[in-house]
Amino acid sequence: MSTPASPGRIIGTLAAAGAFAGFALVFVHQATAPRIARNKAAALERAIREVLHDPASYDTLYFVDGRLTPETAPDAARVYRGRDADGKPVGFAIVAARPGFQDTVRLIFGYDPRTRRLLGMRVLESKETPGLGDKIEKDEAFVGQFEGTATPLKGVPAGKRAADEEVDMITGATISSRTVIRIINEALARWGPLLEAAP
Amino acid sequence: MKQTTTPSQDLMRGIWRENPVLIQMLGLCPALAVTNTVANSLAMGLATFFVLCGSSLLVSLCRKLIPHQIRISTYILIIASFVTIADMVLEALTPEIHKALGAFIALIVVNCMILGRQEAFASKQPVGRALLDAMGTGAGFLVAMLMMGGLRELLGNGTLLGFAVLGPRYEPWIVMILPPGGFLTLGLWLLLLNWLQERKAERK
Repeated sequence: MSTPASPGRIIGTLAAAGAFAGFALVFVHQATAPRIARNKAAALERAIREVLHDPASYDTLYFVDGRLTPETAPDAARVYRGRDADGKPVGFAIVAARPGFQDTVRLIFGYDPRTRRLLGMRVLESKETPGLGDKIEKDEAFVGQFEGTATPLKGVPAGKRAADEEVDMITGATISSRTVIRIINEALARWGPLLEAAP
Repeated sequence: MKQTTTPSQDLMRGIWRENPVLIQMLGLCPALAVTNTVANSLAMGLATFFVLCGSSLLVSLCRKLIPHQIRISTYILIIASFVTIADMVLEALTPEIHKALGAFIALIVVNCMILGRQEAFASKQPVGRALLDAMGTGAGFLVAMLMMGGLRELLGNGTLLGFAVLGPRYEPWIVMILPPGGFLTLGLWLLLLNWLQERKAERK
């Protein structure tokens, strides 16, 4: 069609286009980041209230050097301890993550260390396959199973759920379902004893 | 290039006569996947509209600067930038809808309807006509998305935009908001539109 452009012009054009795109994205990111962070904080608070069944209050505890402390430690893993109206602890909400089928799955679950049972589970972040893997957050039947389940969890094929610790996996989304189960089991293996010892 | 169409034709043809989804069968992936409610369809349609207009505007502005050999990579770069902007803005303004659309926002990049308009039209036309064409095509896509989303939400959930329309005694056809419902709905609309077309042709 037209005469071939020189290599210099090709490289220059692509570099300029890339630089413009970069600047535009940085600018928009700067403008939207605070709002996105606020939205996420609000969503987290909603999720904490859901998995702890609307506690009267909750406080944040941090895992530092193998123990739980109320002192703020920005980089440490944290749990949220819910209390009822009399100030008695009702359980912990724990945020944990691991790679799923497409991208990291981040979820929050409520755990009662006295009974070693789950109180509930909500997925905070996932990019699992729409229509299949995303059932780990959208399918009420799957999500609802995590209330009152004994730990450690065991995944069984859909419809085969019988024992207290068993969870029906989603047909066609084995990896996504197993990811949810493994996130919870791993978090509890790591922190369960600490939570049981917590005041 | 010789002008063979008027500006109003540039705008209007994408909306109906050459509708990207219903006639050209482009952009079917989002049209099937995220149209289970009117709100999702609307957000997806508007995001695509924004990306299409922005890209066409920029591609048309830069059409003499971009060497022929690297035009496709440059178009993709431009489109991807607009998609990322749309992604961040949606996440900041409507986190619920952003979550519901999930991976599909990022996939606007590979909607061949958008790249198609750049390659076939915006890269050869002055800015005004390119923008009109993009607005027409984007509006056509939005119309198709709403036709899909409206029918699916109405039959599958008994609501429109979240408002109960069919009353409490209506038993929702759940299948319509599940993936098979997307294919059923698209098939029904195509059937109806083609039937109308044929009838019109026979009358002549």
